[in-house]
Amino acid sequence: MDTIFQGFISAFKLILALNPELLKIIWLSIQVSGGALLLAILLGLPLGALMALRRLPLRGLILNLINTGMGLPPVVVGLVLYLLLSRSGPLGFLSLLYTPGAMIIAQFILAFPIVTSLSHTAIVNVNPIIRQAARVLGANPLQEALTVIREARYGIITGSIAGLGRVTAEVGSVIIVGGNIAGYTRVITTTIALETDKGNFDLAIALGIILLTISLLINVALRAIQRLGRTSSGVILWD
Amino acid sequence: MGLALELVEISKTYNGLEVLQGCSWTFEAGLTHVIMGPNGTGKSTLLRLCALIEVPDRGRVIYLADGQPLAPDLALKRRLTLLLPGVGVFNTSVFHNVAYGLKIRGMGSKEVEERVGAILETVGLAAKRRQRALDLSTGQSKRLGLARAMVIEPEVILLDEPTASIDQENSEIIEGIIKKIKAERKATIVMVTHDPAQAERLADRLLLMRDGKIAPL
Repeated sequence: MDTIFQGFISAFKLILALNPELLKIIWLSIQVSGGALLLAILLGLPLGALMALRRLPLRGLILNLINTGMGLPPVVVGLVLYLLLSRSGPLGFLSLLYTPGAMIIAQFILAFPIVTSLSHTAIVNVNPIIRQAARVLGANPLQEALTVIREARYGIITGSIAGLGRVTAEVGSVIIVGGNIAGYTRVITTTIALETDKGNFDLAIALGIILLTISLLINVALRAIQRLGRTSSGVILWD
Repeated sequence: MGLALELVEISKTYNGLEVLQGCSWTFEAGLTHVIMGPNGTGKSTLLRLCALIEVPDRGRVIYLADGQPLAPDLALKRRLTLLLPGVGVFNTSVFHNVAYGLKIRGMGSKEVEERVGAILETVGLAAKRRQRALDLSTGQSKRLGLARAMVIEPEVILLDEPTASIDQENSEIIEGIIKKIKAERKATIVMVTHDPAQAERLADRLLLMRDGKIAPL
């Protein structure tokens, strides 16, 4: 009990002192997860929108694959990516293994199905009258599609934040493809795993508190956005 | 002066039911045509076909300017509009709902501001311009829909039950706006209503829809 208590005291000291090692780990985590999410939005949102707005061939199959991808075990993603990126693997020539780039790819693979699927659902659920309204007011096909996507914005943001939640708390894939190299590929989750193994609880608890705070903030943001989309709050976003 | 609209033997089937059955009619330019008739006789379908957001299974919808047929392209679609029964209010402010049609036409923000401001005054929604449009009442939403349609200054206005399901006060306001459009813009108006007195008050041509066809009343 004393160890835990002492761990918390030391952890708060590290946080309050803005310990450089701690800040470096947090910054890399933000870069990796932020980069992965950005990629997932850039590719997932257009794909989700395309499937929602157009009758694509094999749409059902693609949707099934994407929905299956939402439950991908991170360690499996890490393993497959490791095999692909390792020196003898088909993508070994890229020399990405044990780099932040490999970690971004791994987290992208985890976030992409979530962003795509939830964007698709949000856009599909926009009342069809919105599309008709855009059309009768003179919208061309692109303007019509953008109008429908804008109507689905709260659902799309929810999907993106859910994707961020998935990757920030993830450890399995990044530890395999990143290697947990100090100062280079060590992020919050991998540091917690390592420091716990070493019995060094101060840093692990400090990072745990930060990770929980990030999760809390993500959930608060999610709830606020959902409330904004569903209720008559009178607040307008993105006019 | 608005465009003339000619329907040539149009038919449309939904779920195996032929709603429109070889319907032919000419709506003269600049007049207000009011269509009445029982539910399920194809009035709303007819308006959607006229708005060029659906295509008939058979037959043709032809718009004419000075007797010359116009190609059914985006340019023509931007000369007409349809007020949908459910309006289809966008989840933005009242102002941005009304500005939508102007913005997608690439109009500058100063002119948009002026035109939207004037229309909101006309429909009595100026005080609500910054309010979220989804918070409006049904009657106010109908007025918003009309403002959205009017601001783009269409030459053909198709109105699908513009005063259905709203109170007397809003109904009178909307009717007043339609009269104003008639008097000032000389647009071609095709309107569907179930209110015979309203039809009498607004119509230059009173029509009846029955068995998927139009006939004079």
